[in-house]
Amino acid sequence: MRREPPRTLGDYLPILFPAGMLTIFFVVPFGTMIAVSFFQRQQGGFYTPAFVYDNYARFLSGFFGGVLGFSLMLAIAVAACCVVLALPFTYLLTRMARRVQVVWLVALLSVLSLSEVIIGFAWSTLFSRTAGITNILVALGLMGEAKALTPSFAAVLTGMVYQAFPYTVLVLFPALVRLDPTLTEAARTLGASPLRAFFTVVVPALRNTITATLIMVFIFALGSYLLPQLLGRPQHWTLSVLITDQAIYQSNMPFAAAMAVFLVLVTLGLVALTVIAGRKGEAA
Amino acid sequence: MIINSIKRRTLLGAGLAGASMLAMPAVLRAQDKSLKVGVYGGYFKDSFDKNIFPEFTKATGIAIESVAEPTGEAWLVQLEQAARAGQAPADVSMMSQVAMLKGQATDLWTPIDMTKIQNGSNLLDRFVNKYPDGRIAGIGAVSWYITLVTNTDVYKEAPTSWQAFWDPANADKLGLLALVSNSFLLEVTAKTFMGGTNALDTEEGILKTFEKLAEVKPNVRLWYRDEAQFEQALKSGEIPMGQYYHDVTGLAAADGHPVRSTFPKEGGIQDSGCWALSRASQKVEEAHIFIDYMCQPAVQATLSRKVGTSPTVKRESTDLTDKEFAAVSSDIEPIVPRYDLYQTKSDWLNQKWTELIVG
Repeated sequence: MRREPPRTLGDYLPILFPAGMLTIFFVVPFGTMIAVSFFQRQQGGFYTPAFVYDNYARFLSGFFGGVLGFSLMLAIAVAACCVVLALPFTYLLTRMARRVQVVWLVALLSVLSLSEVIIGFAWSTLFSRTAGITNILVALGLMGEAKALTPSFAAVLTGMVYQAFPYTVLVLFPALVRLDPTLTEAARTLGASPLRAFFTVVVPALRNTITATLIMVFIFALGSYLLPQLLGRPQHWTLSVLITDQAIYQSNMPFAAAMAVFLVLVTLGLVALTVIAGRKGEAA
Repeated sequence: MIINSIKRRTLLGAGLAGASMLAMPAVLRAQDKSLKVGVYGGYFKDSFDKNIFPEFTKATGIAIESVAEPTGEAWLVQLEQAARAGQAPADVSMMSQVAMLKGQATDLWTPIDMTKIQNGSNLLDRFVNKYPDGRIAGIGAVSWYITLVTNTDVYKEAPTSWQAFWDPANADKLGLLALVSNSFLLEVTAKTFMGGTNALDTEEGILKTFEKLAEVKPNVRLWYRDEAQFEQALKSGEIPMGQYYHDVTGLAAADGHPVRSTFPKEGGIQDSGCWALSRASQKVEEAHIFIDYMCQPAVQATLSRKVGTSPTVKRESTDLTDKEFAAVSSDIEPIVPRYDLYQTKSDWLNQKWTELIVG
């Protein structure tokens, strides 16, 4: 079957509905947010329509720069951990029997049905001193005394990787299933060990998929605001936590909007950079 | 074909939306004698639904639809946004003092007509919330204390002073509220170390207080926004000390959990909620009847017994025994939050506070 490019207006009609939905539920709210980010904050009240740069000016400080830097670093770390864990896992999964695959995928999907709140509370219990996993280590004689593993950076990272892992597998799965098995077989025939074949054949063949997955998990992790609060100390709070504080608790919508716009711009910039770097790499 | 089906679907959708919009006023008219009341979700709302609202409906014939509102100022933001669109998600809401002041700034609250609140004479003056020009913005609903709480398994002896927060022996053991405008820790610090909350009159005074407060940071394990998070950790002993609500702690202790609430010698933090009427509400008449009903000493006494809150009416007007009153209050002079600061300096305080705990 050959795909014809759309020519008449009628050919474009099927995409009008999704386009309309995107406009109503994404473009319009985002436009409103940009507008609000220039409004005048009324201290102790709400805001009045205006065009001022104060909200952006307040954001441009060492303090918020640090928080933004930490948020980006955390999201990158989560994306990297997820892909490093999920790639070999998914690769092995695609080599398994159909029935085993289904069981694994259903298990992963069921993790997706858990809310962030449940994941956060579950991990904070697992990492607690009174009921956590260190008690098992004590019982086994591996540890002298039970201790709390949360709040800490490691706890935040664990929680977020746990949450993003199923998405990562589900994004990688189709590409890995479609991967031509003769590629690895050829590598094996030429004398490569399975590990070597994985790194020299599978990983390069999936470079675009891996990049796309990294970007997706990165963006997913950047929006997280509950897990850093539940599992981390204040220095592990992401920019999203501070945006929530401003919007919900300080009723400072203009400042919250300005921070959100800034976060979106930085994210888009980083994604663009990744894509450009990817293209250059391909050309070389 | 495609064009036709889209048209039909669009038409169907528009028709449905239109029909439901037309039907709405009829639904509202049918429930004329009703009132939507916002109270803090969870334990508070359950208690009101069980002990207070059915009696009110029996006495007045006005049906109550209770709405669970989030704590803090989240509800204020929602009410304000809705009022701008002419909507009232709740007619009457229980609002904290900081939220009352912020709502005043945008005339969010319909002024209360005191001639319609016959039981208003029982109220203590400090629980009548007024606009700067003297109009009544809200009427005290309940008041509560935030006190020093401990896990009795970990702390055999109850601490006696807020100074326990600064004790190096309590490293990594505290759970404190995460926001400057609901933890009132500046007031606690000022009262404990600077001779009183007047120390917060000037910016230098506030900065000095922040400096002193920064010393508790190594002792804090959890800065919580979500009450359940701390309550659970306190009960299990995971985080054995902190600041929490006197009423809920008392109930947890009554349920057999190893927790206690102590009024420190510098006083507990007294905060209160007001009944306030959104300017978008059409139910002014019903709202006044409701507020008047809630100001009755008997209802206030029921709240103290069932919900554990402290009355907003004069104590002698109620039939609370000494023991019952002591369970919800204390003779020690309370720390009264500097609500004015959270209006005039809110952004500056918030910035300094965030830098203090995050930095």
